[in-house]
Amino acid sequence: MVEWTEQERTTITNIFTNLNYEDVGPKALCRCLIVYPWTQRYFGAFGNLYNAEAIMSNPNIAAHGITVLHGLDRAVKNMDNIKATYAELSVLHSEKLHVDPDNFKLLSDCLTIVIAAKLGKDFTPETQATFQKFLAVVVSALGRQYH
Amino acid sequence: MSLTAKDKDTVKAFWAKIAGKADDIGTDALSRMLVVYPQTKTYFSHWKDLSPGSAPVRKHGQTVMGGVADAVKKIDDLSAGLLSLSELHAFTLRVDPANFKILSHNILVVLATMFPTDFTPEVHVSVDKFLAALSRALSEKYR
Repeated sequence: MVEWTEQERTTITNIFTNLNYEDVGPKALCRCLIVYPWTQRYFGAFGNLYNAEAIMSNPNIAAHGITVLHGLDRAVKNMDNIKATYAELSVLHSEKLHVDPDNFKLLSDCLTIVIAAKLGKDFTPETQATFQKFLAVVVSALGRQYH
Repeated sequence: MSLTAKDKDTVKAFWAKIAGKADDIGTDALSRMLVVYPQTKTYFSHWKDLSPGSAPVRKHGQTVMGGVADAVKKIDDLSAGLLSLSELHAFTLRVDPANFKILSHNILVVLATMFPTDFTPEVHVSVDKFLAALSRALSEKYR
């Protein structure tokens, strides 16, 4: 089981309490699709992804970015049992969405960059360590049910 | 995934904006690496102080960013340009190349915190590709 210190729990809760989902969600997903263009393979039905401007003004992508970011809420609320909490979502990503689990790390790296840009100096090395640890646990849980 | 002409122009233009802060970038990136990826501390057991912003960290951050600056100048032929640095890393330092990715990631994080408006997704992808190409050139002589 993953151990969390009180400091780590506070850090994660603070980040998500002060999060503007409507801003960060779209930014993180757009960045992922631009920086790692092969991830666009999962968004064929979302409309125009022809270039960076098209991606960043695509309303379907923006909406989906918000959905994905809210998907992290259940991890924040269940930090002591992330693995079980994401079992169902893991099955969904494997059997229905057929997402290569390597992509989870790519999106989580982009989310880290977006949060870093938002928090600036407040994104201290310790905060970064905690945030990346949190995302790594979620990423692992999402890949758990693949077979 | 080689650098396009657009990537090179983007990197050079962005570097011009940030070069003045190279030392701070180097210090912060290295500090973060040592905290967030503690296994990287194994390469610095000879330093007295591994805490963020310490004197050895600052000095080494300068050295590393000096290498990056040099790479920007030699962006058209990184393998040739970074030959001696590759030999240094391969035969003397013997840094596991997996760590190049780790340091690159931390450089990107620092760029995001220090230049939130300039570090757009387009700049991000070009810089990411550049750091990957740099890392490849650094790994040339390993085996």
